[in-house]
Amino acid sequence: MTATAEQPASTAIGTEPVLSVRDLVKHFPITSRGVIRRKIGDIHAVCGVSFDLYPRETLGLVGESGCGKSTTGRTVLQLQPATSGSVVFQGQELTDKSSKQMRSVRRDLQIVFQDPYASLNPRMTVNDIVAEPLRIHGLHDKHSGDKMRELFRLVGLNPEHGNRYPHEFSGGQRQRIGIARALALEPKALILDEPVSALDVSIQAGVVNLLEELQDRLGLAYLFIAHDLSVVRHIADRVAVMYLGKIVELADRPELFDRPAHPYTQALMSAIPIPDPVKERERRRIVIRGDVPSPASPPSGCRFRTRCPKFANQLSEGERERCVEEEPALIERGQGHPAACHYAAVEKVL
Amino acid sequence: MASGPTTGTSTTGGPDLVETPGGAQPGPKPAGVVEREFTVAVRSQRQMILRRFLNHRLAVASLIIFIALLMGSLIGGRLWHYGFADRTGDYSQPPSLKHPMGTDDIGHDVMALVFRGAQKSVQIALLVALLSTTIGTLVGAVAGFYRGRADALLMRFVDLVLTVPSLAILAVLASVVGSKAGGWFFVAIVLAGITWAPISRVVRGVFLSLREKEYVEAARALGANDRRIIFRHLLPNALGAIIVNATIVVAVAILTETALSYLGVGVQRPDTSLGLLISDGQGAAQTRPWLFYFPGLVIILIALTVNFIGDGLRDAFDPTQTRVRA
Amino acid sequence: MSRPLTSATADAHGGTAAPAAATAVGHEAGGDAVLRVTDLTVDFPTDDGVVHAVRGVSYALSPREVLGIVGESGSGKSVTSLAIIGLLPKTARITGSVRFRGEELIGLPDKDMRKVRGEQIAMIFQDPMTSLNPVYPIGWQIAEGIRAHHRDVSRAAARSRAVDLLALVGIPHPKERAANYPHEFSGGMRQRVVIALAMANDPDVIIADEPTTALDVTVQAQILETLQKAQQETSAAIVLITHDLGVVAGVADRVLVMYAGKPVELGSVDDVYYRPRMPYSIGLLGSLPRLDAVDQDRLTPIAGAPPSLINLPPGCPFSPRCPLRQGVCDDEEPALRQTDGQAHYAACHFSHTLESEDGVPEGLFSATSADFSGPIAIMPPTGAVAPTEGPQS
Repeated sequence: MTATAEQPASTAIGTEPVLSVRDLVKHFPITSRGVIRRKIGDIHAVCGVSFDLYPRETLGLVGESGCGKSTTGRTVLQLQPATSGSVVFQGQELTDKSSKQMRSVRRDLQIVFQDPYASLNPRMTVNDIVAEPLRIHGLHDKHSGDKMRELFRLVGLNPEHGNRYPHEFSGGQRQRIGIARALALEPKALILDEPVSALDVSIQAGVVNLLEELQDRLGLAYLFIAHDLSVVRHIADRVAVMYLGKIVELADRPELFDRPAHPYTQALMSAIPIPDPVKERERRRIVIRGDVPSPASPPSGCRFRTRCPKFANQLSEGERERCVEEEPALIERGQGHPAACHYAAVEKVL
Repeated sequence: MASGPTTGTSTTGGPDLVETPGGAQPGPKPAGVVEREFTVAVRSQRQMILRRFLNHRLAVASLIIFIALLMGSLIGGRLWHYGFADRTGDYSQPPSLKHPMGTDDIGHDVMALVFRGAQKSVQIALLVALLSTTIGTLVGAVAGFYRGRADALLMRFVDLVLTVPSLAILAVLASVVGSKAGGWFFVAIVLAGITWAPISRVVRGVFLSLREKEYVEAARALGANDRRIIFRHLLPNALGAIIVNATIVVAVAILTETALSYLGVGVQRPDTSLGLLISDGQGAAQTRPWLFYFPGLVIILIALTVNFIGDGLRDAFDPTQTRVRA
Repeated sequence: MSRPLTSATADAHGGTAAPAAATAVGHEAGGDAVLRVTDLTVDFPTDDGVVHAVRGVSYALSPREVLGIVGESGSGKSVTSLAIIGLLPKTARITGSVRFRGEELIGLPDKDMRKVRGEQIAMIFQDPMTSLNPVYPIGWQIAEGIRAHHRDVSRAAARSRAVDLLALVGIPHPKERAANYPHEFSGGMRQRVVIALAMANDPDVIIADEPTTALDVTVQAQILETLQKAQQETSAAIVLITHDLGVVAGVADRVLVMYAGKPVELGSVDDVYYRPRMPYSIGLLGSLPRLDAVDQDRLTPIAGAPPSLINLPPGCPFSPRCPLRQGVCDDEEPALRQTDGQAHYAACHFSHTLESEDGVPEGLFSATSADFSGPIAIMPPTGAVAPTEGPQS
């Protein structure tokens, strides 16, 4: 599309991105309580997020709760109107489309939700759930039965169980139903909003494998939203790390995990426990203090500075001033990939 | 290692399957993150609701009594050899074999009157429940789904309906128009006019919470329009709450009708209702107690049983209700 | 977390061929075990049948030891701990024995149990609000916690101890913050408060049930650090219940793996992680995507799902999902027996075939993506998943 110039590190240079997000902003108003509701502030959920998603690639969007990763996914889909910014999907600007106009776009851009217990209507049979997209788009006809069977097999479910209700299935199976529903319209891109984080570990692996397989077979592009860096390391081609509404680091997978440059990425990686006792014992942990500040009043300058170990321990008084006053842009500073830190420096964590 | 050709069908099946106690998870298990202790099995939604209802002994007994009362008043009224308007020639007789509930001072057989009265009262109550549930659901659904201005406007109106001394106004209204329009039908419409308001509040609340569910968002992401979301996703899931409230309205309507009739602005003579019978019989409570106590007993029975049925339904539709009755 | 403080003391004599022999680990541990659980079972009668939530758990907890209990949903790991501290609903049927320093806790009257809880055994739950009262300041709650067990402590002394504890768990400005209410703290800070509360009476055992599951990883790291500090301070033994194998690897001395209400493997962390001898543990370790894996191929899930805890068929509960399954697995439930390691136990008929392997055996589970097990007889009670949900079932 247009603005690929500012789009760094990509595994698929030369191809057009299927999805281009530029300076996406999403604020939620905070209203006063009482009869007359006045707006008294904004939750700055997403603050100028830009990324490209290329065909057949998986972009991991990682961050802790409240960093705006899920809001980003929903705003891209126009489930919530964007406050500003642009979302271009297959050459079409989505942010100014009406919900009617969006309908045709939705055939190509679908979403899988986190909670397989909440994302399926408990009063509908699984057949009805998976067929719903076809009905909505007027594609339900006498051949749909075959299509449904194919979908069920595709996601590893037995087609004979279509007349059951969601609660009759286990968590992993329900997530497969959610995936089948998203695939029914044969989309080009899927937004996967924490698709495995509600599942038990032994079941999680099957769903991750399924997603990888589907990508290979159907050539899907994934925007994989997750808080778990381990899963992202396994499945993503490129990774964007979010903190408090902004992308703080964006790199190809091997690059990010081998050479993280942003202090937050480093802390995040070092905080994730590894199921290996010896490694765990020997690991150096960068423990960051405190909690994520409120997105209603984010810190000035660099948003991570209030918890940043580098800011607290390594920087001089003069250097800190810059963190407080100037917001670091997401650019490369000689470390091979963009990171939003004035003093970004590669440090091996793993 | 997928469990081969035995694919599951055999493991599931009928109602012999299981589920676990919500109650067995004591406090310390907060809203679900990854962890879920216990396993549960399969049963269709309807079976589970029915089963939970049947587990509620009081509700089941109430249902039986209520149906017996209803059938009794409908069929009994026809079979009983006195009509409610017949004058038997026996005046102010105490209960006897000939008149199991006695007679009043102008010779009506009280049993015939009670049959007729119960029939009218239940008729009114059911119509009220139907009307007020429909209106209440409609208003509540619109308010809860669209929120914003529509919600504010509708809910302020509901507040108004709830705050005015409805019984007094109804009494005035009924006395002005009631006798002309006449009949139980009008009484029912008047009663529905006050009982829909609480229902709309409940439905609004349910819709407000349901519309935030992920499956509704999923439907939106698929491109579903409002109508589809309301009728396919929200209403079916709100049905439990709506049905439960309808039963409460039935009980309220019967009692309110009684009050209206007692005030003399409900059902008009020569027709009768339980309320009218009580108001007629109150003066005789000391001297000819049967005139007062028999209709009173029936009212209490109806109101109680309907309330218990509502209780049972609420438990049955609410999966978080206790499932263990050990 | 001061490791390895005491060598694992459990022992087993479950090697007999008795079908479905009760596990018998822990009987022979020396007299120094601070908490000894023997053949603990918990049943919940429901209108669908009896849920056998815990089916014979035995372990001995040494002083200052950190025991990790891992397992998935429905493995009974949380119920076990609730049974130990007597917080199960009255409908639960509990058998077996739980001895705290020799004193039997099962069947203890509520009044005496309350004394044990908090003073000797403290509990930390996943949701800190389980332990905190929303209408009192946290400093007051900690002080009350102290005075509930030590009437002779003056209010002022209790209050100053509360402030000390808050400082210890890393609450900034503890003096001022002591006057705040729970809702004025973030999730991570609340969990710190709960840890302070747990430390208040210098307990001998702290049971932490998924203490970090609801928290972000960066906060999780802080809480685990605080928990270790609490242990150093109180010298308590810790039972850490979690589904996260990574958390256990970092902080536990020994690990108990649970499946379908029973321990299936018990050993030092190194034994269990590097030389697992039970196919379920192997499968669990193999199914994890790992942060430190450079280019992991397909993950290896364990096909199927855990069994329903009602009407469990005879035999090994894992056998339907097990690649080593043979005839005997469906007839006889294996007991927890000693394997190659000194204090390493596994409940598998074929653990000896795994004994030669050093490291996690590979290729046992296949990298499938399928799940053809069909609608199965398991699902969580919806009420527990989302207690606030409407008329959904």
